[in-house]
Amino acid sequence: MAAEQGKVDPMHQFAIEPMFGSAHWEIAGYNIAFTNSALWMAIATVALWIFVAGGMKRELVPGRWQMAVESFTGFIDDLLEANVGKAGRKYVPYIFSLFMFILFANLLGLIPLPLALAGVHPFTFTSHFTVTGVLAILSFAIVLVVGFWKHKLHFFSLFVPHGTPLVMIPLIFMIELVSFMIRPFSLGLRLFVAMMAGHVLLEVLSSFVIDGLNAGATFGLIVSLPSFLLMIGICALEILVAGIQAYVFALLTSLYINDAENLH
Amino acid sequence: MPQIAQLAETYSSQVFWLLVFFGFVFLVIGRGMVPRVMDTVALRDKQIADDLAAAGAARQQADAEEEAWRLRENDNRAHAQAIIAQAKADAAAANEKKLAAAQKRLDKKLAEAAERISAARGEALNEIESVASEAAQDIVQRLAGVKVAKTAADAAVKKALSHG
Repeated sequence: MAAEQGKVDPMHQFAIEPMFGSAHWEIAGYNIAFTNSALWMAIATVALWIFVAGGMKRELVPGRWQMAVESFTGFIDDLLEANVGKAGRKYVPYIFSLFMFILFANLLGLIPLPLALAGVHPFTFTSHFTVTGVLAILSFAIVLVVGFWKHKLHFFSLFVPHGTPLVMIPLIFMIELVSFMIRPFSLGLRLFVAMMAGHVLLEVLSSFVIDGLNAGATFGLIVSLPSFLLMIGICALEILVAGIQAYVFALLTSLYINDAENLH
Repeated sequence: MPQIAQLAETYSSQVFWLLVFFGFVFLVIGRGMVPRVMDTVALRDKQIADDLAAAGAARQQADAEEEAWRLRENDNRAHAQAIIAQAKADAAAANEKKLAAAQKRLDKKLAEAAERISAARGEALNEIESVASEAAQDIVQRLAGVKVAKTAADAAVKKALSHG
């Protein structure tokens, strides 16, 4: 539709479209159409599977690929070791899955021209809060389950920091409770906003490039060239953001799990 | 904003497929493959630690053996020194003994020789005396025509000789 209107709609890239005529697939009345979003989830999953499978040669002296996979697992292992301690090791599968799934989604969503030329538009499903929200709720649910499983009702003492004066306890409790309940929202929204903002910015800049060129050589030089150079820089920045946001999601999840594991 | 505009019609498919694929990632990759990758790393770390420990132990043993060898060597050296000293002392003692014996023999020979010389001198003196007394008897007989008794001549000679 963007092409028909002759200008770039920066929001069009987030539109979800059913694929392969699956628009009316349903389970128990809920639509489960296989959309472009689901397709890119599948692509991310397959890519991640290939990546990890390539590191499963289990050689004593690792090759490059095995080294890369091992450095990622080691990275997550260290992250949990540092934030949760010895008890954190059992969360490595979850945090690794979370981190790598988000990382692959973010990076795959950034693949630019070659795919677009082939008519396939990359879709960043982490720019949808339905997706990031589900991941955040998953993490939050794990925190709640672990917290109440390990500490039963003592888990509520998480909301009362040590040394709180008695009179302050009700107020502090409410404040801590609210900040705790906000966690899943901030966790999900942060990733969604960061990914969407970057993609919108790239799209807006690309529309500057196109419109400038359409307006003639002078505008092309004044508007399009700087915009294009800026886009290149922002692409590099976006790759950084893709990694950082995946890391932040994993890091915060591990911090929250630490609260549940060790209380204070 | 399609995220909100399409929310009602797409949320179920989004959630469904996310759970499907993330579930796959978690169960197959996270639970199935990651632990094995980490096992490999742990195995390697363990092997490296073991190798390092083995190398350390080997070095310690080598040090200990060198120390023992050094002690043994010192012992042997001291032992050898003792043997040499003993041999030297023995040789010196034997030498001394031999020298003493030789000295004794020499002394004896010297004493014998001196005795012989003194005997010879005594004999020679006696001879001189008897010759002198005979000469004196002779001289007296020729000059004075007096026959002097041998004993008198002897006494006179002896007297003259002893007076120098």
